[in-house]
Amino acid sequence: MSHPAKAEHFLKDQTYAKWHDKALWFVRQKRDKATSKLPEWESLRDAAAKIKEHTINNLANYLEEFEKNAHENGFHVHWAKDAEEHNHIVNDLLQKHKVKKIVKSKSMLTEECHLNPYLEKNGIEVIDTDLGERIVQLRKEPPSHIVLPAIHLRREQVSETFHEKLGTEKGRCEPEYLTEAARQALRKDFLSADAAITGVNFALAETGGFVVCTNEGNADLGASLPKLHIACMGLEKILPKAKDLSVFLRLLARSATGQAITSYSSHFHKAQDGGEIHIVIVDNGRSQIIQQPEFLNSLKCIRCGACMNTCPIYRRSGGHSYNNVVPGPIGSVLAPHSDPQKHKSLPFASTLCGSCTDVCPVKIDLHNQLLAWRSKLTKQGHISILKKTILNATAWVFQKPSLYNALGKLARTIVPRLPRFMIYHSLNVWGKQREIPVFPKESFKEMLKKRERK
Amino acid sequence: MDQLYPKAAMAVLEFLEKRGIDVEYPREQTCCGQPMSNSGCSDQAKPLANRFEEIFSKYDYVVCPSGSCTSMVRCHYGEHLTTEKNENLKNKTFEFCEFLVDILKIDDIDASFPYRVGLHQSCHGLRELRLANSTERRDPPFSKVRQLLNQVRDIELVDLQRTDECCGFGGTFAVSEEAISCSMGKDRIADHREAGAQVMTGIDLSCLMHLDGIMRKSGEVIPTFHVAEILNGNASL
Repeated sequence: MSHPAKAEHFLKDQTYAKWHDKALWFVRQKRDKATSKLPEWESLRDAAAKIKEHTINNLANYLEEFEKNAHENGFHVHWAKDAEEHNHIVNDLLQKHKVKKIVKSKSMLTEECHLNPYLEKNGIEVIDTDLGERIVQLRKEPPSHIVLPAIHLRREQVSETFHEKLGTEKGRCEPEYLTEAARQALRKDFLSADAAITGVNFALAETGGFVVCTNEGNADLGASLPKLHIACMGLEKILPKAKDLSVFLRLLARSATGQAITSYSSHFHKAQDGGEIHIVIVDNGRSQIIQQPEFLNSLKCIRCGACMNTCPIYRRSGGHSYNNVVPGPIGSVLAPHSDPQKHKSLPFASTLCGSCTDVCPVKIDLHNQLLAWRSKLTKQGHISILKKTILNATAWVFQKPSLYNALGKLARTIVPRLPRFMIYHSLNVWGKQREIPVFPKESFKEMLKKRERK
Repeated sequence: MDQLYPKAAMAVLEFLEKRGIDVEYPREQTCCGQPMSNSGCSDQAKPLANRFEEIFSKYDYVVCPSGSCTSMVRCHYGEHLTTEKNENLKNKTFEFCEFLVDILKIDDIDASFPYRVGLHQSCHGLRELRLANSTERRDPPFSKVRQLLNQVRDIELVDLQRTDECCGFGGTFAVSEEAISCSMGKDRIADHREAGAQVMTGIDLSCLMHLDGIMRKSGEVIPTFHVAEILNGNASL
C-alpha cells in the first residue's frame, strides 16, 4: 500500500490521530526547550555538519584508521557489503560460540538488515532489551520510530500486550507498574543470554573505540554480562577524533528527546576479561549513496529522529505508513535507494515545508533531497502517466499566454454556472473536504485593461 | 493571482504605485514552473524558468506577492538557467513584504484594520526566503511580515499555539495526499480559531485558498486576505 492510502487509514480514527500528533509535538517542544538553553546551538549544528562532511569525503581513510586502532584494542573487525553478509557474519559468530540466546539493545542497522528473523530461523532466541523495542517485539510489530519505537501505542495497548505476554494484571496501565514488569522479565533475559548485540552511535577512528547511547542502560548491562559482544554499525558512523564527541553528544539527545544528554553514553575500548568484542561494519548501499552528490548529505544522519517529531506528515500518518525501517523525512530520502518502485510514494509524502531541514542537528537539506528524489523517480518512470500528462499539458499551456488567458476566462465563465454535482464528484479529489475557490468575474489582466481605458 | 485573486494583485500594484515606484506588469507572464518542479517534472519546469528569465531580466527589481514562487526563482532556478542569468535574476527577485522591508525600508504604513488577525506563515517564505525566524532554529526572533502588519493601526495579531506549522497545501500534495493535507489544514484553522482570529492573512494565496476551501466546506469561515490587501487598506469585512 502506498503512503497516501496508509495515511488515510491512519487518520480514520481522529481521536487516535490527534493523540499521536500531540505526543510527537510534545517531543518536538521538549527539543525546542533544550536547544534554546544553548546559545551556541546553531554553531554546534554548523560544526557537526562540517565534521560529518569532512568524514564522508575521507571515509575510506578514516575506516582504515578505525580498523587499525580497533585491532590494537583487541577488537575483531568484520566487513559486510550488504544485509545478507552482515546477517551471515553475526550468525556464524553466534554459532561458533554456541549461542542460544542473545540480548540486543537498539540498533536501527540490525532492523535494516532484518537480523532478528534471520537469527530466529537459525535457532537463536533474540530479546530486544530497549523497552520500546521489547514492546513492539512482543507484539510482532516493526518499530514506528527510530528513537521511540513504540510511540504509536497507547498505554492501554501496552498493558494488554504485557498481560498477554508477561502475565501482568489485566487493565493495569500505570507506566511505573508496566516498566517494572518489563524490567523484571528482562533481568532474567540479561542473566541467561549467551551474547549481546548492540548498535553503534559513534565509532572513533582516532581511538578505535565506539560509543553507544541509551537511556535505559540496557546496552551496558547486555554487553557486561555475556562474554561475547557484537557491535553492528553502518560505515557512516565514523567520527575522526574523540573530541568530536563534544559536538555530537550535545546534539544527539537534545535533538532526539530534549534531554541534555542520554542517560548512558558508554565508551567501549576493550573487551571484558576473557571476552570478545566484534565489530561488523556494513555498507548495504551506503557506498552507492556516496557516489550521488545530490544525496550524499543524507549519510550525515545520526539517527536522532528529530525530523520525524517535527514532520507534520509523520505526526499525522505514523511510522508504519512509510513501510520502511526508517520512516519520516530521512526514511523517505534513504528508502528509494534500495527499491525505488516500492518506495516511490515516500518522497511525495511531504509538503516540502522544510521543517525537517531546519530541525536536523547535522544540517541535512532533507526537503531538497526529497525534491531531488521526485525528479529522479519521474525520470526513472515511476510517476503515474495521468499525473505526467496533466503536468505536461499545464506546462504547455503556460508557454502560450493567449491560450492561458482564454482558458482562464472560459473556466471563470463556465464553472460558476455549473450545478454542484458537476463540480463535486469522485474525480474531484480537491473537493472532497474543500470547496473550490470562488472564481472572480475578471482576471487581473482584464482589470488592468479596464483601468488603462479610464 | 491573475486568474483567481485579482484583487490581491491590484492591492500590490496600488501599494507600490502609491510609493512612487514605476511598476510594469508584463502581460505575457504565466507561471514560474514551481508546480512542475515540485512534482518531479523538472524538464517541464525548465522552459517556464527560461520564459520567466526572458520576461523579467530587464527590470531593476522583480516583486512577487508569493513566498513560494519567489523561492522557486531564488532557490531552485539554478538547475534551469545559466549561472550568470540565475545570479542576475535571483539577486533582484523579492517577495512583496521582503521588498517593502529590505529595499523600500517602509516604516509608515497608512492603513487601519481594527480586527484580531492570525498570520499564517507560509513555509517557503519562512524557511527558504527567511522572512522570519523559524521555530526550529535558534536565531534571534524577527519577522518581516509582522514588522509591516504591526504598523497597521488598530490591528491585533493573535498568538498561535504552533506559530509556523505547515497548512498542508503543498501543491500537488493537496491532491495526492488529500487526507493528510486536509487534516493539516483543519488543525491550522483550529489554532487560529482558538486564538480568537477574526481574519487570517498570509503571503501566499495558495495556502489561504486551501484553508478557505476547508472552511467554506464546513460553513464556519474566518475570512482570508493576502497581506497586501491589509497593508493597502483594501481588506474589509
